Amino acid sequence: MISPFDLLTSDLLRYPLIIAVLIGLTAPVVGTYLVQKRLSLLGDGLGHVALTGVAVGWLVGAWTTATPADLLAIPGALAASVIGALAIEYVREVSHTSRDVALAIMFYGGIAGGVVIIQLAGGTSQNLMGYLFGSLSTVTAPDLVIALVLAIVVLAVGIGLSGLLAAVTGDEEFARASGLPVRAVNVLIAVMAALTVTLSMRIVGALMVSALMIVPVAAAQQLVVGFTRTMRTAMVIAVVCALGGLLITVYVDLPPGGVIVLLTIAVYVLALLVKPLLQRPDVRTTDPVEGSDPVDARGRGADVEASTSA
Amino acid sequence: MSAAAAPPVVDVSGVCVSRSGTRVLHDVDLRIDPGELVALLGANGSGKSTLLRAIVGVLPLESGTAHLFGTPVQRARVHDRLGYVPQDSPEAGSIPATARETVTSGLLGSRSWWPNARDSRVTSALRSVGLEHLAARPITRMSGGQRRRVMIARALVREPEFLVLDEPFSGVDLPTQRLIATLFRELSAGGTTILVVLHETGALAGHLHRAVVLDHGHVVHDGSEKDRPRLDPGHDHPLDAAPLDECLGQEIHPA
Repeated sequence: MISPFDLLTSDLLRYPLIIAVLIGLTAPVVGTYLVQKRLSLLGDGLGHVALTGVAVGWLVGAWTTATPADLLAIPGALAASVIGALAIEYVREVSHTSRDVALAIMFYGGIAGGVVIIQLAGGTSQNLMGYLFGSLSTVTAPDLVIALVLAIVVLAVGIGLSGLLAAVTGDEEFARASGLPVRAVNVLIAVMAALTVTLSMRIVGALMVSALMIVPVAAAQQLVVGFTRTMRTAMVIAVVCALGGLLITVYVDLPPGGVIVLLTIAVYVLALLVKPLLQRPDVRTTDPVEGSDPVDARGRGADVEASTSA
Repeated sequence: MSAAAAPPVVDVSGVCVSRSGTRVLHDVDLRIDPGELVALLGANGSGKSTLLRAIVGVLPLESGTAHLFGTPVQRARVHDRLGYVPQDSPEAGSIPATARETVTSGLLGSRSWWPNARDSRVTSALRSVGLEHLAARPITRMSGGQRRRVMIARALVREPEFLVLDEPFSGVDLPTQRLIATLFRELSAGGTTILVVLHETGALAGHLHRAVVLDHGHVVHDGSEKDRPRLDPGHDHPLDAAPLDECLGQEIHPA
């Protein structure tokens, strides 16, 4: 039986735990902007593209006889997902291809590229399994350093510029008319999503990265109102689920990515059930100008919210 | 610098704009001087909103020039002097921002990227549209009229020299229209230039300095509000009429 002391002293367990916290903090920050932009599936598409990057890294590693063979897998995933993010943003801005078609092409191309290139590198699709579904045993000290750097970058931008990013994702036309750098912000969000995918794929897996970006945000939306509160609540949910899921897989032999994602979905369902209990029935406020307020008969009154507003 | 020497707030010359391959604006000229309260009128699809969006730099010009305060509209800095209320309230994605958060976003500018939600201007702007008591409510839980007022507050919080509004009275009841019209008159009297797209002058009747009427993308009147040509209610632009007819057809003859 592994003791809590082992968890903190063993590199094999300590590294994944630290990365799990970093994922829990960063994924919902990016996810909040993606949900706001109605680009919830972007993370999924980037996860698939990152897989091609893993295979390319593996191929380059084989050429350069790097040890271990997957030494360049994560840098490859980083490069591929950033290029994928920029490509999807370009398509979104200038192409007449619809966004979902572009995302679908990214999904198929990413997974197909990964399988073909890993074969060229002398490996098999089995080598990709750890990146597809996440694994504890594959996390190394260099992975931790990369994850730490990526998380700091994403959190610094995602939280430091939250006002700007929320304004652009909330109303792009108003943002353009106000002189805000709309194109730069859109590119920044896409690149942040790519960094988060790379950071998360070791533990959560490329196929489930997006869930950790989106599901905690969806759960938070059931519990709180407002953009900032939603983001903060989603971060708490994601950290708890990432840590909880990881701890479960320490004691039970299960894939960590799957367990973490199932936990977030459980929280989402719980939030749906709890939501009616959090709302005061039939609290209405009257708008002195319009005379009546037709909204929110089922929801909270303004006075209730005002007292708890950030 | 005297007011007479100041450049016009809006100087649009020979502007043509096409959308989806169809020319919407044809060689439009428009000049608005500081302090003017101008209404842009016309039938559905006449090009009012397109002209407004071209003036604020949201739509690219096919030809012609557009200047704000003597500066090409493409320059980001000039937008700091602008307050814009788009025709449609933002869908707000899936994460409904509160009224306070929405209005706070109006504090952002070309170089000010860190707005302060506790800025007294936010409360003041919400108060000016009568929504201070609903500051913490998500805008998606508001009525259409309340949402329009939040959008107006978001423009006002910028303390703009030039206020541009696309149908601010849409979905707003009469008492609120009067409240907003009074606000516009006060702002105009204080020197703010206002360009407002309207279907009918309504609550602003008698208080406009000028009325500009568009028809099929051409300016057909630029002068006194009283002398403007009356709008034919059935006179819609084909671009808008076609989808409407299709919708009505489907409603009457469902497949």
